[in-house]
Amino acid sequence: MSANGWFQILLFLAVIFAITKPLGAYIARVFNREKTFLDPLLRPVEKLIYRSTGVDEKSEMRWTEYAIAMLMFSVVSLVLLYFIERTQQWLLFNPQKLANVGPDIAFNTAVSFTTNTNWQAYTPETTMSYLTQMAGLAYHNFTSAAVGIALAIALIRGITRREMKTIGNFWVDMTRALLWILLPLALVGSLLLVSQGAIQNLKPYVTAQLMDPQRITTTGPDGKAVTQTVTQQTIPQGPLASQEVIKELGTNGGGFFNANSAHPYENPTPFSNFFEMLLIFAIPSALTYTLGRMTGSQRHGWAVWSAMAIIFLGAVTVAYWAEARGNPQFAGVDQAHSTLQPGGNMEGKEVRFGVADSALFATVTTDTSCGAVNSMHDSFTPLGGMIPLTNIMLGEIIFGGVGSGLYGMVVFVIIAVFIAGLMVGRTPEYLGKKIEAYDVKMAMLSILVTSLVVLIFAAIAVIEPFGTASISNPGPHGLSQVLYAYASTVGNNGSAFMGLNANTLWYNTSTAAAMLLGRFFMVIPVLAIAGSLARKKTAPPSVGTFPVTGPLFTVLLISTILIVVALTFFPALSLGPILEHLLMAAGKAF
Amino acid sequence: MKQQLKIAFWMTIVTTVLFGLVYPLVITGLAQALFPAQANGELIRKNGTIVGSQLIGQAFSSPGYFYSRPSDAGSGYDGLNSGGSNLGPTNRQLIDRIHGDVQKLRNENPDTPVPVDLVTTSASGLDPDITPAAAKFQIPRVAHARGMTEGQVSALVRKHTEARQFGLLGEARVNVLELNLDLDATHPLR
Repeated sequence: MSANGWFQILLFLAVIFAITKPLGAYIARVFNREKTFLDPLLRPVEKLIYRSTGVDEKSEMRWTEYAIAMLMFSVVSLVLLYFIERTQQWLLFNPQKLANVGPDIAFNTAVSFTTNTNWQAYTPETTMSYLTQMAGLAYHNFTSAAVGIALAIALIRGITRREMKTIGNFWVDMTRALLWILLPLALVGSLLLVSQGAIQNLKPYVTAQLMDPQRITTTGPDGKAVTQTVTQQTIPQGPLASQEVIKELGTNGGGFFNANSAHPYENPTPFSNFFEMLLIFAIPSALTYTLGRMTGSQRHGWAVWSAMAIIFLGAVTVAYWAEARGNPQFAGVDQAHSTLQPGGNMEGKEVRFGVADSALFATVTTDTSCGAVNSMHDSFTPLGGMIPLTNIMLGEIIFGGVGSGLYGMVVFVIIAVFIAGLMVGRTPEYLGKKIEAYDVKMAMLSILVTSLVVLIFAAIAVIEPFGTASISNPGPHGLSQVLYAYASTVGNNGSAFMGLNANTLWYNTSTAAAMLLGRFFMVIPVLAIAGSLARKKTAPPSVGTFPVTGPLFTVLLISTILIVVALTFFPALSLGPILEHLLMAAGKAF
Repeated sequence: MKQQLKIAFWMTIVTTVLFGLVYPLVITGLAQALFPAQANGELIRKNGTIVGSQLIGQAFSSPGYFYSRPSDAGSGYDGLNSGGSNLGPTNRQLIDRIHGDVQKLRNENPDTPVPVDLVTTSASGLDPDITPAAAKFQIPRVAHARGMTEGQVSALVRKHTEARQFGLLGEARVNVLELNLDLDATHPLR
């Protein structure tokens, strides 16, 4: 580890802290329908959208109507994406003349992008046309993020309203999230990324003549060695920057290219890397301030933020430490930090990022439901790779996905005040609302679905040959690969231990099921909680009320999160990454 | 229910046009006007031919060139197959591959341990850079192959060493393609 590495990590957290208040206050204004400086530009567009789609912006919805509208929109936009993928060879913007996408991959991808997962079982540069990338995939990066923000705002409204049946209008919340929050940041951000070297064009792929032609020996289909001379390199092009920015800002994570944010065109410089990480954390962090602002308890917002920041710092410390130590089995290799190199475990990492920025990015992308990667998590050291895996198992609530992080965290807050209520023997309250059996049941439902899906699917996959055949790294690492695949899909993260061959019938089907269960069995209970809370009276705080502000609450919240997740996943983690760490230190390889 | 479905249908159409077509095409126009070189991939031309991109690495195996890192993109630096090896830390294949590469590199520079980035594959398989340590390790070989002094090669390496961005972010690096192009321009291979 180096002083500069730590400085970059702390600078990152400091900048996130600095933007939380202004952005969070702005988001609150947008959804309270107060005036903002963008109104003169955006209000006409907003009205045009409502007029052309038949939305009555004054009407409000009960939680069930809100859920139905959200589901309808998800289904219709999913079908359109599937349709674009299946017909892309006859449509515009396809200079490489890529064929239509096959049905199983097209379906898996449509589910993946609609649920904000961005799990990718295909190689984008040879599969997806520019139209599919723009109007299909990048489009869903916008809408799935806007849906997430809308749901978080609906939940906050549920907390703040008294004896009301409605929690807002889904169409209005989504449209305002798209226009006021995502679009302006995406416009500025994509140009900033282009200035660093991210490409943005609609041209065919470029062929370069190699300076030093390479003789390459491969094994042909008949098993004989074939030697050929490679004299050219094909360099893919495309409308990348416009997608890259929303990929991070919306915590989607689906790469324009296979290598994702490790690709030099997606993430050309250390500054683009820093900026992309800021984009990932910006809205989730700001939403904690929005929570405080809209519920009238700013200190509660900061207490939640502090819990997130503390767990984030703990995780990044372990990941950076583990990667900087390197791999003891690399004999004769200089892995020490010096003025000429950062050292550490550089397998699956880029030189311009080194171990510090790679460990930081891995933590950031899995704390949230982003899943973009600037290094290959499969090649991390066992403990370094355990951090992204554990982050996803926590439910991606450490800042978390855009919207989904906040509502996931509020679910844990409800569990925390419930536990506190049990300890002091009072009815638990949350910001003046009594937390009753129904609310706790819904909260437990959304927590249990993650663990059920991960453990059951992973158990099947490590027993049955159709599951184990896809494992590429033998030994305990194989279990980590399978656990990661299901944690990532149910958590709607989308990053992977990419060695696992997930493009099989079993994995395409089971991960698609995991993505749908993870998204909608989380969202529907959350909306039910919002509806239930909105109907309740608000009771003034009494001496018996457990405060949801201050360090005591932050500690309780952190403990609740860690205990729930440790109880669920520790046995699996001990047989995967922890066992592998011990075996690696003992010099074992598989 | 039926009314919501109708709204969902039109909302999908309208937002797809706005965010799926208008937005990326506007960005493309702006990017092409403001940053044409970057928006088109930082391509490098030599005598009118495209010889590569400043951002995309290439493989080198002649001793007179600096080598890039090992690559697992296709058969090596294949632009259509970006990606890493995804070999786990206790995978025998990884340990053996590194051991083999270390033996080979040790032959040319027996006294120095091999810098880690020179025997590990990058995440993209297209990493354009090596660390200054990996460049320094290769100076004797390149100097010998080109009949240059180590001091001359060293000076070129220093010229192409890029410090941390703003002196702060990322890590110091040497762009292999640019360094090799400069070598050819100033001291052509005999």
